[in-house]
Amino acid sequence: MHELAVTQSILDIASRHAHKAGAQRILAIHLVIGELTGLVDESIQFYFDFLAKDTLAQGARLCFTHVAARLRCSVCGGEYPPPASRVWACPHCDALGGKTIAGREFSVASIEIE
Amino acid sequence: MPIEIPVVEQILSANDRIAAENRKLLDEHRVVAVNVMASPGAGKTSLILRTIQQLEGRLCVGVIEGDVAGRVDADRVAEAGAPVVQINTGGGCHLDAPQVQSALHRLPLDEIDLLLIENVGNLICPVGFSLGEHHNVMISHVPEGHDKPIKYPAMFAAVDALVLNKMDLMPYLDFDEQAFDRAVRALNADAPIFRVSCKTGVGLQAWVDWLVGQSAPSSGRGDDG
Repeated sequence: MHELAVTQSILDIASRHAHKAGAQRILAIHLVIGELTGLVDESIQFYFDFLAKDTLAQGARLCFTHVAARLRCSVCGGEYPPPASRVWACPHCDALGGKTIAGREFSVASIEIE
Repeated sequence: MPIEIPVVEQILSANDRIAAENRKLLDEHRVVAVNVMASPGAGKTSLILRTIQQLEGRLCVGVIEGDVAGRVDADRVAEAGAPVVQINTGGGCHLDAPQVQSALHRLPLDEIDLLLIENVGNLICPVGFSLGEHHNVMISHVPEGHDKPIKYPAMFAAVDALVLNKMDLMPYLDFDEQAFDRAVRALNADAPIFRVSCKTGVGLQAWVDWLVGQSAPSSGRGDDG
């Protein structure tokens, strides 16, 4: 996926909040990433180490909280994870077209500064 | 002493803000914008050219062409007589809202009813970045196989309409239409599926009628489309 653009946004958001708080340094950035965003931790970390050089965030730890994908069946109301490599049918009633209720999260939750 | 401060900010909020500005600009000029996504070679430019042709005299179509490099597509669209702006992403795998914003400022928006935005050929990234469009459409094509909804669910789930192109090749390929429809419906209960061939022209009328319906002033405006 497009980890470079995404990582730049993460750095921008963290830096803005750190400046506002008068921070000398960003020690850690806590991220919430849903499974369906397709983002890869190692790839974000790789770009981050590159982009954060000579900024407040140089050397900061990236902490990932992953949110598993879940669907809710629009017929029986049952909830289920999307089945791997199969049609996304409801395992309870076989209905199609369940609504995604988790897995698209994509935010900076908090930063640690000093 | 380290302190933790809450942020809780969407990572793509900067893009979303500009997308909202784009949407406002489009609405002010009464332009309906459609983000057209597909893998490379699915027939995005061919569908756009056919659409311009079919809508001649009914709607004025403008086009934004997104490609990694070159202006091959923009030249084809310009030849067809439509106002067009080419965006080269220089390696970027998707269009984003700032790129589209600069393209909008280079288009005669008052003369355009329908803006077709051809995204970079890619089944993954384009769907993650909103551009300010009213509708999202994707093209799947028969040679890429019927299993694509299972492999690239996010895009199939996000679109308002789906075009299955190159229907003329169906007799020569092992494309299971029933399996395809079922896999699409699992992700997307409502999007109409238009089976077309940009080569022969089959099925294009229904697609164009749908587009005209979305462009009517009474529908598709002001919602989240």
